[in-house]
Order: sequence, then structure tokens, then C-alpha cells
Amino acid sequence: MNEPVLHIRGLAVHLGGREVLSSVDFDLRAGELVGLIGPNGAGKTTLLRTALGLLPPHEGTVTVHGRTARQAQGSVGYVPQRHEFAWDFPISVAKAVATGRTHLTGLLGRRTARDRAAVDDAITRVGMDDLRSRPVGELSGGQRQRVLVARALALRPRVLLLDEPFTGIDAPTQELLSRLLTDLRDEGVAVLMTTHDLAAATTLCSRLCLLNRTVVADGEPAALADTDIWLRTFGLDRAEQLLRSLGVTR
Amino acid sequence: MTAVLDALAAPWEYDFWRRALLVALLSGLVCGVVGGHVVLRGMAFIGDAVAHAVFPGIAVAFVLGTNLVVGGAVAGVLTALLIAVVAQNRRLKEDSVIGIFFAAAFGLGIVILSAAPGYGGSLESFLFGSILGISDGDVVSVAVIGAILLLATALLNGRLVAASLDREQARAVGLPVFWLDIALYVMVTLAIVISLQAVGNVLVLALLVTPAAAARLLTDRLGVMMLLAPAIGAGGSVLGLYLSYAFDLAAGGLIVLTLTGVFVLCWLFAPRHGLLTRPRGRGPAAASRVQVEVSS
Repeated sequence: MNEPVLHIRGLAVHLGGREVLSSVDFDLRAGELVGLIGPNGAGKTTLLRTALGLLPPHEGTVTVHGRTARQAQGSVGYVPQRHEFAWDFPISVAKAVATGRTHLTGLLGRRTARDRAAVDDAITRVGMDDLRSRPVGELSGGQRQRVLVARALALRPRVLLLDEPFTGIDAPTQELLSRLLTDLRDEGVAVLMTTHDLAAATTLCSRLCLLNRTVVADGEPAALADTDIWLRTFGLDRAEQLLRSLGVTR
Repeated sequence: MTAVLDALAAPWEYDFWRRALLVALLSGLVCGVVGGHVVLRGMAFIGDAVAHAVFPGIAVAFVLGTNLVVGGAVAGVLTALLIAVVAQNRRLKEDSVIGIFFAAAFGLGIVILSAAPGYGGSLESFLFGSILGISDGDVVSVAVIGAILLLATALLNGRLVAASLDREQARAVGLPVFWLDIALYVMVTLAIVISLQAVGNVLVLALLVTPAAAARLLTDRLGVMMLLAPAIGAGGSVLGLYLSYAFDLAAGGLIVLTLTGVFVLCWLFAPRHGLLTRPRGRGPAAASRVQVEVSS
């Protein structure tokens, strides 16, 4: 198997003096599409933010392409939750997508042919060609999600991290994004997404990582049929209904 | 026609009016550009804080007899840095920190000035502006600092936009968001300092916020807004000054009222989004939301 592009060993992260993650071991390889699953407060977003170099590890190591997360900043694609973005900003779809490459352009902000090609390509991939000059404030929830994905793709990243890309979007958008993520995986991009949509995660992802303060289980969806794993991850008394909805048990 | 031209040219006969018109033009221009970022970031309150914070610096410079622009800039930047650093403490919201520091700075300024001889008259010119009392040296300071600010905004525009649009993503790709904040605070401080003589400490916020807010109402395009804001700022300031000349009324107040008039016109007649021009069928909620913005 190829070398992991995101390599996490013995990771502990503290937020405000409280331990949010401890002893996390996790690998993400090129051509993988991994779902990060867990209840609210399990540390999913914290794990992504640590991998992006936004939070310092308290213990352990995080490397991206063999460099520390901070050194790798600017090469990792990131799709944050939709509320992080100022949707009332007077900016068009194309310009918003282009801000994904701002840190690569010179101070005067002149875009090269390569920048423009990357932006155009990203907009095409999320199916927004006909909306490229529309102000972002006039977009629907699903269209907004596609803008955020395109902004991350404008970097042409080898690693793509998405925080709840399927929350609050309609079925057609979910289908479009699912196909896009599968394509990216097939092109050799390493994709990691957090989600609460367990049904989508089990069908879409090649691997699931169940997280609750630490990695509870990590493997192919079919290998996670053990009820006990899901009980421990979500702290539930009975998991039958949850698992039936996933088709793990009958 | 000639009468109109004569009336327009009349103030240019006097040196002090020429200086006043130049400073009004430059202040409106620079505050429009910097104010565009202030309005988009939603940091009008910081502008207010910095406006008050420059006051003790100007008071100290006045007492020591040194350059007022330099004194105000130093005090404003120091306060902006203090706010940025103290606001890193997550237990306090930024607006509380701002509230504490700008009142403190203003209090300090008043105490310093009250210790200086002849303080009544100078206090009034700080508070309400003294655009007709501007020296040649002041005009040069305003022009040089204004040019530096325009250059800085041109260079940093893309990065400032990225940081305002989505802080989380900007930090994730490694943009120096904290330093961009500091740069913006410093730019706001300098824009305010060079505009103090035109409209005074109390009203300078209007020069920063009103043209940019009016421009925002007119367009959904960032580039257009960044051109309209300085155009409205410069045009409104010069028009206000002319009105002051024609009716012999307070210049600072008229400049601000002219800009406010432009804003109200934009609010009523802006294409697509104006109160009287937007398509029917939008609920009253949208209208009342705009009204709240006007009254605050």
C-alpha cells in the first residue's frame, strides 16, 4: 500500500485546557475516501483543524506529505462548515472560488493563466458554470456548498478535508458532490470528510473512522458490523435501529 | 451658466479654501477605500474606537507642540494593537474590549487637554474639525499618508478580502490573518487621523462608514463597490464644503449631512435593492431590517 499522505500518531489535542482528542492514530492515503463519524463533540472538527495546522498537537505528531501540518498549510484543500463564510459579501461565485488561491498570488493579486484555469476547472467540476457571475448572497444552500467545494478544488489539492459537506443540502446536490468526491478519489486525491449522514457514508466511503475522543474503530464499512463498536462510539444503549438504517444488520 | 461656473470657482480664490477643498477631497477618497473594508468586515465599531483613541495622542502632541498627525497616529495604532491583543482572550467579546479602551483613551485625552493652557478652543477644533484652519504642511501630510494608504489597500486588497470572507479558510491556507487585522487597524487609524481636521473627532466615523455603506447598497460587485465608495466620499465631502461656503454654516457637519443624504438616496433608489425600486413581493421583514440599519 502506498505511503499515507496524512499521518497521525499518538495525537492529543487540548482546547481551553480540556483534552478533546487523545491517542489518535490515523492514516489517510492517496486514492482513499474516508468518512469520519462520531457524535457531536467527538472531536471530528478538531481533528480536521489539527491536520490543517490551525490547532497545535499537545502530544503526538501530524504530518502531511512528510511535513508538519503548519508547514503543509496552503497545499491542503479545506471545505469548512457553511456558516464560516460571510454570505452577505458582495462577491461573485467566480471571485469567491478564486479566493482559494489568494495566498498563491502576488501582492498585486494578478492572476496567472494557471490560476484562471484552476478556478475555471473547479467551477466546472461543481456544475456552476452558468452561475459563475451570480453574487454569493443569492445562492441556495446546496449551491453555497458547491462554491465552498470549488474554492478548495481551485488549489488542485492532493489532500481534501471536508467538514460536514452533506449537512442541510438537497438530494441532487448530495448526488453531485458524492460523484465528485468519488471522481477525486479515483484521480488519487486523499479525501477525508466528517458527516452525520451515516447512510451516505457507508455507501460512499471506502473506509470509515469512528471517532469519540479517540479512534474507536477504523475499517471498511462491511467490517464494522459489530454492534458494540457503534454503541461505544455513540454512547447508545441500543444500536439496532441505527444499524438497520445503515444496512449493517437486518 | 457663467454664473454657476463663477460660483463654483469662487472659493478657489482663497488659499485656505483651496487647502480645505484638497483635504476634503483626499479624506473622502481615502476613507472611502479603507471604509469599504471596514463595512465588509463589519467593524464600524472599531472605527469609532480608533477615532476616539487618537484623541489623547493629538492632545499630547498639542501640549508638546509637535505634529498632530504623528501624535494621533501613534495613539491610535497603540490602542488598536491593545484591542487586538486583549481581544485574543476568548472570555471577552471584542466589542466589550473596544468599549473599554476607547472610552479610556477619550478620557485620557480630555484630562491631558484640560491641563493645557487655552484648552477650550482647541478642544472644540478637535471635536468638530477646523477645515478652514489647515496649513500647507497639513495638506502635505494628508497627501503623503493618503497616497501610502491607497497603495497599501491596493497591495493587500486580495488578502484582506479573503480574510473578511472566511477567516477559518484564510487561516487554514496559511494567510497571516492576525497581521492582516493589525494592518487594517493601522490603516483605519491613519485614515481617521488625516480626516480629523476636515470633520473632527465626533463625526469622522461618518466619513469612514457612510460612503462605503451607500456603495454597498448600489452594487453586489466588490470591485464596483471599492470604486463607488471613494467616489461618493470625495464627491460628498467637496459638495458639503461648497454648501458650507454658500450658506456660511459648519463645514464638518455639512460634509457628514451631505454624505448621509447620498446614503438615504441610495437606500431609497438603489437598483434592485432600494426601498422604492426593489421588485414587489418581498416581505415587510426586509424593509424593517434596512430601517434598523439606518437608525443605528
